[in-house]
Amino acid sequence: MTTSARQQPASQQLGDSGAVYNWISDWGKLVVDALLSLGDMAIFTGRMFVWLFTSLPRQGTILPNFYHVGVLSLPVVALTGTFIGMVLANQSYNQFRDLGLESQMGAVINYSLVRELGPVLAATMLAGRVGSAMAAVLGTMRVTEQIDALTSMGANPIHYLVVPRFLACILLIPALTIMADFMGIVGGYFYAVVMLGVDHYQYLSNSRQFVSGWDFFVGIFKSLFFGGTIAIVSCYRGFNCTAGAEGVGRAATAAFVFSFVLILVIDLALNIVLQSIFLSIWPYGGKKLF
Amino acid sequence: MLKSSRFEHMNEDVTHAPTDPQDAAIQQVVARSSAARDSGKDDGQVQLRNFTLKFNGQTILDRINLSIPKGQTVVVIGESGCGKTMLLKSVVGLNRPTAGEVLYNGTNINALGDVDMTRLRRKFGFVFQNAALFDSMTIGQNVAFPLVQHNIATGRKLDRIVLDALGVVGLPENVAFKRPAELSGGMRKRVGLARALVLNPELLLYDEPTTGLDPIMSDVINQLMMRTRDNSDVTSLIITHDMRTTYKVADRVIMLYPFARLKRGEQQIIFDGTPDELKQTHDKRVSQFVNGEAGERLMELKRDAFDGFGDTPNLLEKYPGG
Repeated sequence: MTTSARQQPASQQLGDSGAVYNWISDWGKLVVDALLSLGDMAIFTGRMFVWLFTSLPRQGTILPNFYHVGVLSLPVVALTGTFIGMVLANQSYNQFRDLGLESQMGAVINYSLVRELGPVLAATMLAGRVGSAMAAVLGTMRVTEQIDALTSMGANPIHYLVVPRFLACILLIPALTIMADFMGIVGGYFYAVVMLGVDHYQYLSNSRQFVSGWDFFVGIFKSLFFGGTIAIVSCYRGFNCTAGAEGVGRAATAAFVFSFVLILVIDLALNIVLQSIFLSIWPYGGKKLF
Repeated sequence: MLKSSRFEHMNEDVTHAPTDPQDAAIQQVVARSSAARDSGKDDGQVQLRNFTLKFNGQTILDRINLSIPKGQTVVVIGESGCGKTMLLKSVVGLNRPTAGEVLYNGTNINALGDVDMTRLRRKFGFVFQNAALFDSMTIGQNVAFPLVQHNIATGRKLDRIVLDALGVVGLPENVAFKRPAELSGGMRKRVGLARALVLNPELLLYDEPTTGLDPIMSDVINQLMMRTRDNSDVTSLIITHDMRTTYKVADRVIMLYPFARLKRGEQQIIFDGTPDELKQTHDKRVSQFVNGEAGERLMELKRDAFDGFGDTPNLLEKYPGG
């Protein structure tokens, strides 16, 4: 057999069935790659938890990450929270007015905010602002051999680089969620009551009646998972960055896209689980806590 | 038979004299490698035994056997892509072997857990090709990093050690407050060397320490490497393409050959000897590299490139917009 014949792809040798062969081969490769990547990420996460529970990083390593994730994200989360509250008020007003239910707006706006929009919005902002940056920074460190340098000097890169970022995301995302909730509630109230003239008492009274402590808990509890997911996905993408500027760019983009998709998947799964828990504790819908 | 007192530990034993000079050179290398592999009495500080490394199914290093005794300065040469940097990184456990093992003072480093490996790495110093300084830190913080990481010094003592280390590589104290991006390539390399030296390592690894530097700065780095070797009992493993550096600093030279271009049964280490032996070698592959002669290499590269396109080369399809 000549060299060129040896190099000829099997699909070409198969003739008409080559397209089917290619299709199966491509899908097979996709599935195998996805499973390998998932397994690799699971090992990465496992190693991160081992380091997290055996040795905490130094204060000097943790604090800059807390500042970057928490303090610097606060203004943008507050701003987007305010506007999302106002947009909700604006959207719901026209439909509720037609039904004569403007006074119920507070319940709808605040319930949506604390259960869904607050945590998901804070997580999305964190994934976009912090997750992409984490992947880009760690990717650049990988490409420029800084991660190898860390390792060669006896520092474990997962302990030194991943654990502080994970802690910052998981511990500070509840604070960011509370900020998004608060500013959304204020924005919604301002637009509904001050701009649209909805009755102040009715707005607040309905909010109190329909939004419970459980709803706040659900939102904040979910945010912990969102924060952890953002940190793990972004760090993993950065650590596995391919060479060059394109590789770093791809890692940053993939970090955001995968984080966002996972946030939505986890959101749905947690909603189902938490709803089941709620119904098992309060089978008839329960009483509102406040 | 070429023999140096530096390599007596390898227990050379070539039993018959080949007639072809190139065959003779190859047989010497095979004998040394076999001795290193087979001898149970091998006392090398760093030993690679049947070390094989593959990436994505592609063999980079194949059954490498190498023993480096304490205090020796070994220079590894070879064309780009032959696996030199992979070899260097494998010695400190940055790459895990596909097969075989890496021993440091008799301990298989790949069998060590995270904690033991971390402890062992305190004995290593690694100078990276582009220095690999941490962008987020100042030069002082970069040099202090290993000391802080291992709780060796704090406060004024730490400052003193850092400034001394910078002084050793000829950098002024004010450099400590600068960021890596503010320094020239030569200064960054010297900072990388200072960072590698600060823990007084037993084993120093240099990845192309003079690449990209002007001749004067290259010689400064050479002098620093020699001074480090002379002032301590450090073992050095240096990767370079720079033959001036090779002749100046090496006790022993090893040449690696790309696995893909080896003939069946050939070893990947095609030369293992002293710098003087390197000058006298009859192996064409070695002498061409040493003298910087392309020979038939350009034709080989062209042939390899066209093999990659298959039977019906359509170059335009390989490029966007083509």
